[in-house]
Amino acid sequence: MKLNNAIAGTLESGDILVELSPSDTPGLTVNLESSVAYQFGDQIRNVIRETLEELGINDAIVDATDKGALDCTIRARVTAAAVRATGKDVWAD
Amino acid sequence: MMFVPGNNPAMMQDAHIYGPDSIMLDLEDSVSMAEKDTARLLVHHALKSVDYGNTEMVVRINPLNTPYGKKDIEAVVKAGVHVIRMPKTETAEEVREVEREIERVEKELGCLGRTRIMAAIESALGVVNAYDIATASPRMMGIALGAEDYCANLKTQRSNDGDELRLARETIVVAARAAGIDALDTVYSNVNDMDTFRKEVEFIKTLGFDGKSIINPRQIDVVNEVFTPTQKDIDKARTIIAAIKEAEKKGSGVIAVNGKMVDKPVVTRAQRTIELAIASGAIKEEEI
Amino acid sequence: MNSYNDRKSQIEAQAIRLGKTVYNDSKAVKNPTPRLELQKESSKLATLEDAIRKSGLSDGMTISFHHHFRGGDKVVNMVVDKLAEMGFKNLHLAASSLSDVHAPLIEHIRNGVITKISTSGLRGELAKEISHGLMDEPVIFRSHGGRGSAIANGDLHIDVAFLGAPSSDPLGNATGYSRSENAKSICGSLGYALPDARYADKVVIITDDLVPYPNTPNSISERDVDFVVEAESVGDSSKISSGAIRDTKNPRDILLARQAAKVIENSGYFKPGFSIQTGSGGASLAAVKYLRDSMVKNNIVADFALGGITAHMVKLHEEGLIKRLIDVQSFDKVAAESLRRNPMHKEVSANEYASADEPGSAVHYLDIVILSALETDVNFNVNVLVGSDGIIRGAIGGHPDTAADSALSIIVCPLLRGRIPCVVDEVTTLITPGSSVDVIVTEYGIAVNPRRPEIKERLEAAGLNIVDITWLRDKARSIIGEASALPFGNKTVGVVMNRDGSVLDVIKNIES
Repeated sequence: MKLNNAIAGTLESGDILVELSPSDTPGLTVNLESSVAYQFGDQIRNVIRETLEELGINDAIVDATDKGALDCTIRARVTAAAVRATGKDVWAD
Repeated sequence: MMFVPGNNPAMMQDAHIYGPDSIMLDLEDSVSMAEKDTARLLVHHALKSVDYGNTEMVVRINPLNTPYGKKDIEAVVKAGVHVIRMPKTETAEEVREVEREIERVEKELGCLGRTRIMAAIESALGVVNAYDIATASPRMMGIALGAEDYCANLKTQRSNDGDELRLARETIVVAARAAGIDALDTVYSNVNDMDTFRKEVEFIKTLGFDGKSIINPRQIDVVNEVFTPTQKDIDKARTIIAAIKEAEKKGSGVIAVNGKMVDKPVVTRAQRTIELAIASGAIKEEEI
Repeated sequence: MNSYNDRKSQIEAQAIRLGKTVYNDSKAVKNPTPRLELQKESSKLATLEDAIRKSGLSDGMTISFHHHFRGGDKVVNMVVDKLAEMGFKNLHLAASSLSDVHAPLIEHIRNGVITKISTSGLRGELAKEISHGLMDEPVIFRSHGGRGSAIANGDLHIDVAFLGAPSSDPLGNATGYSRSENAKSICGSLGYALPDARYADKVVIITDDLVPYPNTPNSISERDVDFVVEAESVGDSSKISSGAIRDTKNPRDILLARQAAKVIENSGYFKPGFSIQTGSGGASLAAVKYLRDSMVKNNIVADFALGGITAHMVKLHEEGLIKRLIDVQSFDKVAAESLRRNPMHKEVSANEYASADEPGSAVHYLDIVILSALETDVNFNVNVLVGSDGIIRGAIGGHPDTAADSALSIIVCPLLRGRIPCVVDEVTTLITPGSSVDVIVTEYGIAVNPRRPEIKERLEAAGLNIVDITWLRDKARSIIGEASALPFGNKTVGVVMNRDGSVLDVIKNIES
């Protein structure tokens, strides 16, 4: 799937800023900076991967800055970034 | 009904802890055009994942004549929202349009009839059409006043005593009652002026409104205090309810308390008092 | 014949019998200097360097400080800089607490000037470095009451105390405020400095307002003071109420505060003559505001409020709702000013405030305390020192002292701070044992320690939302998921002392 650079989210507490960009190499690269990296870093990375894979995005670079977002917020932000990057919405027009 | 901006995850995830009767996640005025897509996804995922307990969940969508309205409906119906709140409703036809969109998504999901509709009336035309709007669909559960837009449309502005809203408020209550649905009053936006807020809540309760829209958790207690029946009212209502049960048991059509016949409106009011007392937590349901 | 001369032989005989000399009049000298001038020649007046030299301080000794200026403290850095410059090494720094402003100590630790620290708390960069293993010797953490006891019983022997004071006369009568027009700083109570002043071998008062004798009423007495040093500034008073203390508009804090107030009202301890203390968290401070309404409505007056005194408490006192204020630490300027003005607002030392072995310590006569927490666990244990990222970021303060000795201890903390859970299986570090914690108030419900069934009954009867502590843990987990274990290392960077002098817990280094 063709990707453009796209950002979604904020740096407010409880939110996550997700930046999606195309990758030259296959697979998903997730760079995560998080205020709860020790306790939830792996879980956050998993949610990011899962969400992208469900949307059919398998090759991309993700730069995420997390401020303690819950999984549902992470899913929403990653999906929003993906929709913006692909131009293909998850809702019918 | 507590308004929560649909693009603020921190506020959305714990809005229910303050104990509002319902939460309205907003996709409309509190979300900028550039963030309509992200807010829609946040609201969708919050509705799906956050345990809001018994709180009634409402989403205010964008109007269908914008590029966002249809997608909003799909996203929130798929997430299982209880009520869709339509902004700036002016005609019954607009309600039916929203109803058709809801039905389309519900059919796809196989849950036809799950989603109810509340319409906000925010213009002179809407007020004139209030009863038509209130009865436009069997999904209609309430109509609400949106005072800011209404005042602009009326070419006036809001005052503390609310004289300019009088006709709109009374019309909405009357239309809601005639249609057998709820009437909800507009927000009061100065969260630091609790005295004026309390006066306004007392006033709209007198008019017959079922509830008040709020923008800050700090306003909840005032609304509950005003709407909670006094112990005297509750005791009186209990006596009447007991008399009804007694009459039913005897198979008698006549309800009497202390030897006096009780009229139908008195019974209705007693039932309403008990409902309010339960809703505000003054008594527990099992106590009745 | 009974002139002075005639009695001489008997005087000499008595002198011999008592082992004393005979008075010699030729040695008596009258000093004619006007006394205002004479004060300026007080032998106690010295520069900081002279005071250090004359105090007899040497390498390996223990120096002490108070933290009444909180984030505005200037004394610790000033003194340790000077000690480093003078070439001292291997010193033990025993402060009543340390905060963000003490980051310069990191360099002094690296250079071997400071090799050991005792404190109630650590924050900021210094705390972070120490958590990562900066020091070879673990930091000793004590509660305020525990520190008072340790100083009094010799567990913590202080060689030289350096105590900042907003006013002092040349003899060392010092206070936490100043009555002169040259007043530069104010911190109110000097409660945490009083044990040091009394028990340290040498006491150096550092003041930015040297006032004429007598600086009465005084807090520290000249009898305990060896040197008085004048300095440009001892602290920035505007920062007393920064840091941990803040007045909240946060709706969640307000929700917690209201719940805490309801717990108090229905606890059985809310009666005329009750006593109360609040901790430094936004919600526990705000609880006082809501309690006030109830006091007015029910015509209930408290006998005293204790501990860190705040503007809220002063207001209640001035309205006649609290008879007396007992102040070990003034949490803001309003409280500090009140202490200066008002004799019913009493200053107490850390020992009289919270020591377990002091029979008359105020906490023994405290009904209700409202405290905050970083973490609590299913056994009601509380951690207020180490963050859930394993980094030290707080202070023990009077937490375990007040929780243990009060009739009712209430912990107010949100179930979640962002994605950080505050009710867990086991606290990261044990600070206040669950046996002394009675009620935990969260935004999702109130848990009552099973040791206090009567409290649970009363709160349930009042219609409060009482839940099991494990339900709170599970609720947090269902919202945020399961946290991974922290990457602690094998080095012990901190030792937590219980208030009775036993070792309660240790803190391991966290990998960076």
